[in-house]
Amino acid sequence: MLKNYFKIAIAVLKRRKFFTFISLFGISFTLTIVIVVAALTDHVLSAGYPDTARDRELFVTRMKYKGSKSGSDISAGPSFYFFEHYVSKLKTPEKLALISHNYATSTYINNKKMVTQLSYTNDQFWDVLQYQFLEGKPYTKQEIDNAEKVAVISESTRNNYFGNGVAAVGKYIETDNIQYRITGVVKNVPLSREYFYADMFAPYTLSKEDIHNTDLIGDYTGVLLLHSKDDIDKMKTEYNQMVAKIPMLSKDLDLRFTYADSYLEAFTRGLPFGNGADSGIGKFILIISIFFLLFLSLPTLNLVNINISRIMDRYSEIGVRKAFGASSKTLVYQFIVENLIITFIGCLIGIMLSFIIIQVFNRSNIIPDMELSINFRVLLFSLFACLVFGFLSGVFPAWRMSRMQVVSALKAQ
Amino acid sequence: MIHLEKIEKVYRTDTVETLALNSISLNVAKGEFLSIMGPSGCGKSTLLNIMGLLDAPSKGEIKIDTQQTTGFSDKQLAQFRNKKIGFIFQSYHLINDLKVLDNVELPLLYRSSTAKQRKELATAALAKVGLSNRVKHFPTQLSGGQKQRVAIARAIVGEPEIILADEPTGNLDSAMGNEIMEILINLNRTEGTTIVMVTHDEQMAKKTHRLVRLFDGSQVQ
Ligand SMILES: Nc1ncnc2c1ncn2[C@@H]1O[C@H](COP(=O)(O)OP(=O)(O)O)[C@@H](O)[C@H]1O
Ligand SMILES: [Mg+2]
Repeated sequence: MLKNYFKIAIAVLKRRKFFTFISLFGISFTLTIVIVVAALTDHVLSAGYPDTARDRELFVTRMKYKGSKSGSDISAGPSFYFFEHYVSKLKTPEKLALISHNYATSTYINNKKMVTQLSYTNDQFWDVLQYQFLEGKPYTKQEIDNAEKVAVISESTRNNYFGNGVAAVGKYIETDNIQYRITGVVKNVPLSREYFYADMFAPYTLSKEDIHNTDLIGDYTGVLLLHSKDDIDKMKTEYNQMVAKIPMLSKDLDLRFTYADSYLEAFTRGLPFGNGADSGIGKFILIISIFFLLFLSLPTLNLVNINISRIMDRYSEIGVRKAFGASSKTLVYQFIVENLIITFIGCLIGIMLSFIIIQVFNRSNIIPDMELSINFRVLLFSLFACLVFGFLSGVFPAWRMSRMQVVSALKAQ
Repeated sequence: MIHLEKIEKVYRTDTVETLALNSISLNVAKGEFLSIMGPSGCGKSTLLNIMGLLDAPSKGEIKIDTQQTTGFSDKQLAQFRNKKIGFIFQSYHLINDLKVLDNVELPLLYRSSTAKQRKELATAALAKVGLSNRVKHFPTQLSGGQKQRVAIARAIVGEPEIILADEPTGNLDSAMGNEIMEILINLNRTEGTTIVMVTHDEQMAKKTHRLVRLFDGSQVQ
């Protein structure tokens, strides 16, 4: 039966070549966009260099105060003090990685000013995050405790400062008028890994911020590495219990929000979706789905139109099939399958196109060091999108068709 | 074989009501070859469509092979048509996108059959109408007479007990028309297929067992 559907589907495609072109163009173009966006989203939201252990990590990225009466609020990252005095005392985590936001520092290369994005870290940062060292190694706990002026720099920082591929370990780099001895050079991290991107990393003890300031609001991000992913719920509970015990900042600001989040929760909390205890994941997914459906709806409507006019071409065929024993349901099924076949051809073209676009994107360095790929997840999602697309655009015309009067379809011409 | 009881068919549009059939009662015996004649617009096609369960009467009852068909679901009707009835139309209604053989196989798609069985049966049906050498052609590559022979092959491939033919020779010249008529007569004789045929041609009608004349939706003979 399927083989017969295939035969007729191909025949129909061949008959109205212009319509076929429009259909296939619409489908493949839409799918290309869907796939490229999916690959981008996948890249941003899923684990990848240097953050590879994400399934047993929780992120502490935000500290927010709010006044229940005044409605005013303060929100930023948690402070180093908060991590040091509260979070590091927690029992569940195996390790706690800390990294400050980027500081733009000035570096001079041949009298030309360059901005070096500098982040401060603790020593466990280097255990939790899997940075790849091209040479050297991370600075040690000892060096941090002694506030030694040491740093790990990125590959591109090294190449800019010392020349392409020139060994840098043991040499000094100067930024904001401070000389740092280089202990290691790491492979570049793309800008899209927002918490972990920096041109240069240095011990937190060198930070100009007063690390003994007891303010809980600051500019650090913490990554809790758990022994296993089964500890996630336990970790969240322990975290919330710990937070509940911390005294409030003032009478005016009597609500406090800080959470140990999965990466996605932390991500949506950072967007305008998060609100208090709600990380906004639900809203985020809802909005993404609505956007996705709206985006698909235009080409779907277009395809529905084309399909309906195609059906009119096949008036007599439908009559004949009904007369010889096809039920309305069988015809609906046939038409949906036919449409899925056409959609899948369009999707294949779309997948090939997006593959090319992604290759071009990766080579172009629009976002340096960002490697997009059509992995299994993205491919699965594309196939799902295809299915939705083919189904939506096939169902309505098929339903219209199945309701046509056989008798009038079989009138003498 | 076909039993019609006080069949009435009214077509309603926004402005007019047409009484296409007015209390028609008719029995077609098993193995009978019946022809229906009458001026254009008198309700011949309507009557044939009702016999073929393609259209429902406004009033009255149809029994086919002693089966009461009123109240059949869409699926039941489809299956019943598939097993019992083969249709032949004035304008052939072949599917131009499909090869002759695939056109003939069509009724078999809607019953359980393997591709091999379908091919065998369709080839045999095409042999019966003398078109064994046109199997791989497309309908557009055939003459009118050949197209109608393909349509006959399609109508008989499922070995239905009833064939309903609506002006099968209406678009053909008399030589080709006679060929088609020969095939139908032969089918009726050798297989005992019950045939109801609408025609405008007295000569053709004379070759059948019985003639029914319609005028303005009523039976006049
Ligand atoms: N679908 C329809 N809607 C309205 N009137 C119809 C329809 N089909 C047929 N008729 C009317 O019913 C009458 C009988 O039509 P038909 O059975 O096709 O005649 P015949 O086949 O004898 O030429 C005609 O007056 C025709 O206009
Ligand atoms: Mg007619």
